[in-house]
Amino acid sequence: MKHRTFFWFFLPTGLAMLLFIALPIVSVVIQSVYAPHEAVLKTVENCTPLVGCTTETTIDQDATRDIREAKPLGRFVGLDIYLDRGHLAAAEVGEAWSSSASMGEFFDRLFNLPLYRALAFTLTFTFIVTPLLIGFGLMIALAVNSLHSRLKGLMIFFSLLPMIVTPLIGSLILFWMVDSRGVIGSALVALAGDPNFSMKASTGLTWVMLIVYGVWHSAPFAFVVFYAGLQTLPKDQIEAAQIDGASRWQRIKYVVVPHLMPLVTFVALIQLMDNFRVFEPVVGFNASAHATSLSWIIFNDLGGETRQLSAASATSVLTILGVAILLSPVLVRTWRDFKGK
Amino acid sequence: MFLKKVAFASSIALWAGGAYACEITARVNIIGNEFPAIQTVGAGAEECAGAEVSKNLTADHKDIHVAGMQGNPAEYTSAIVANSTLTILMNDDLVRPLDDLVAKHGDALQKSQLITVDGKVMAVAFMANAQHLMYRKDILEEIGVEPPKTYEDMLAAAEMIREKGIMQNPIGGAYAAGWNLAQEFNNMFIGYGGTFFKEGTAEPMINSEAGVNTLNMMKALTEYMNPDYLTHDSNATNAEYRAGNIAMLNMWGSRAASQTTADGVTDAVKNGHAIAGPLTVGGGSTPASTLWWDGWTVAKNVSDEEAEATFVAMMNGIRPDMMQNEEIRQQAVWLIDGYQPTDAAIGVFDAAKAGTVPYPMVPYMGLMHGSIGNELSDFLQGKESAEQALADIEAAYTAAAKEKGFLK
Repeated sequence: MKHRTFFWFFLPTGLAMLLFIALPIVSVVIQSVYAPHEAVLKTVENCTPLVGCTTETTIDQDATRDIREAKPLGRFVGLDIYLDRGHLAAAEVGEAWSSSASMGEFFDRLFNLPLYRALAFTLTFTFIVTPLLIGFGLMIALAVNSLHSRLKGLMIFFSLLPMIVTPLIGSLILFWMVDSRGVIGSALVALAGDPNFSMKASTGLTWVMLIVYGVWHSAPFAFVVFYAGLQTLPKDQIEAAQIDGASRWQRIKYVVVPHLMPLVTFVALIQLMDNFRVFEPVVGFNASAHATSLSWIIFNDLGGETRQLSAASATSVLTILGVAILLSPVLVRTWRDFKGK
Repeated sequence: MFLKKVAFASSIALWAGGAYACEITARVNIIGNEFPAIQTVGAGAEECAGAEVSKNLTADHKDIHVAGMQGNPAEYTSAIVANSTLTILMNDDLVRPLDDLVAKHGDALQKSQLITVDGKVMAVAFMANAQHLMYRKDILEEIGVEPPKTYEDMLAAAEMIREKGIMQNPIGGAYAAGWNLAQEFNNMFIGYGGTFFKEGTAEPMINSEAGVNTLNMMKALTEYMNPDYLTHDSNATNAEYRAGNIAMLNMWGSRAASQTTADGVTDAVKNGHAIAGPLTVGGGSTPASTLWWDGWTVAKNVSDEEAEATFVAMMNGIRPDMMQNEEIRQQAVWLIDGYQPTDAAIGVFDAAKAGTVPYPMVPYMGLMHGSIGNELSDFLQGKESAEQALADIEAAYTAAAKEKGFLK
């Protein structure tokens, strides 16, 4: 394609990407290095019903307004927010490293910090859910593909259901079922023989529940992609393998899977990215006491009574960096392939 | 239930068609929390004719009201707020002083309804609220004890109920990680005589003896709660109570009336339901609870005409003749002239009489509340010591307060 043609062809997409992707990211980065001005406080008398008047501290709006108007962005804090306890916690990690007697103690103290605790769950979730959902997706695709053509449509519909259901609704339904008075919950109580047995009260079981939910919700995506890939499987290769005496397992291993390999990379890429941003199940399962994720921290900072925009922005930037690091091996390989050609 | 709703709707329709006329000339848009009393106020404001009145009443109001009032002109002309949320709006200078409008249109208001900060009226309160004891008198009679006055009594009664095999987990509490859990901490902490901040500064001081006692008492209470307590908010806790699984709980007064009227309440709960004032703890005399008010504000970033229309419409939503309706009277402890307390109001009035302190209205309390909600669950799960949990709360709060410019 000529450069000129390419330019005009790409311009609308390029503009949209600039407007909707690049600019917001720039704005988030700026937001994360600025914080609100120092508040000017004063003591005043408050009067409320049933109590009467009390002395309270409040913000001196007249004094604060002048500072705000002079510098509307706030005060520049550089990387302070990235390094504070709510994020990378440089001082706390350093302190824990130098004063911990053993690695165990160090990790105990590390995972007591909000960002590292969230990272522990987020990474565990990402690296367990992604391979599992690829495996399950492939199994379902192979199973559906070998069905009689009349059953296929129906089975495809049912297999896609978890993806069709809105994530929040899906997790809420499961949440109610595992409640100690719900269907699964009471069954587990009966199985365990302990009336105080509760999935929601145990950190380990909550993680398992979230991971099971993650696989349940995302496997259909892998299934759809693999099923489409299976339709392009060259019949003659399969037949040749059959004639050579390959068993069903060998045909899958040596013909089908290599054929689907580019799709596996694609699904892995998308799902690594998605799972790293795990959010809905943590909210839906009300699981924040046991498992938090980076996205949940952003939500929590924005959702509190006092919104912490700078903190949320810093976590957002860290999430983007995290995704970039996670995808870098695949991206580097793609770049090498591109250069090689 | 259905008949009641019909009666309720027709009684509202009657007033709308009645002598009372509310004329406004500019748009009104209300943001607020969602429970029956606020719905009533919103519906009253909507009766006004002459311009459009819209409302957005949702439990997520706290997440959107700042953004919705920050623009100029603001999307919302009025926010229905409580102690904590008024502070948040005032931190960003989003509500206007109402003195002139009160002088012009506020004849129907009682002086106690005016929330004044630094001598200026910033909000008009219409109801009071507090968390207090609700219990099953039939069950307490069965074990032969008086309704508890202190949390220590509550623990003793819970042990008896469990021993007799009446209920496995007789205590209820809105201990869901986050805002609810932090509120229960605040209650208990105040009951033990704790103070959140060093006098006149934003520096935290919850890592104290009161803090440790608070955590130990909360932990002791959770031993008698449904094991899922960290996921139970007020709604889930009430559902447990209505299903007859709980004998005693500390619950919001605004929910007292609906405790026996909601769908699916068992007869045993209906007949056994009783309320009393808030409990004390650790031999203290200050109840382990906080006093709240709900009221409305007028946005700063709207034209004077819209502000006046909003004031008039909101006044129509809290006019004294509404207090003659039995259904409305039940919904809350109203601060409106002419309100005769119902049985459901005993708990809140007892709370006020016993000297319950109001929820702190300092600008950085929201950050403290958030930090408590995030950092407490580890202790309740037995993963860390009380001192460590309190130190974590202070550290999390300090980081947030530094960001927001409250601490250097």
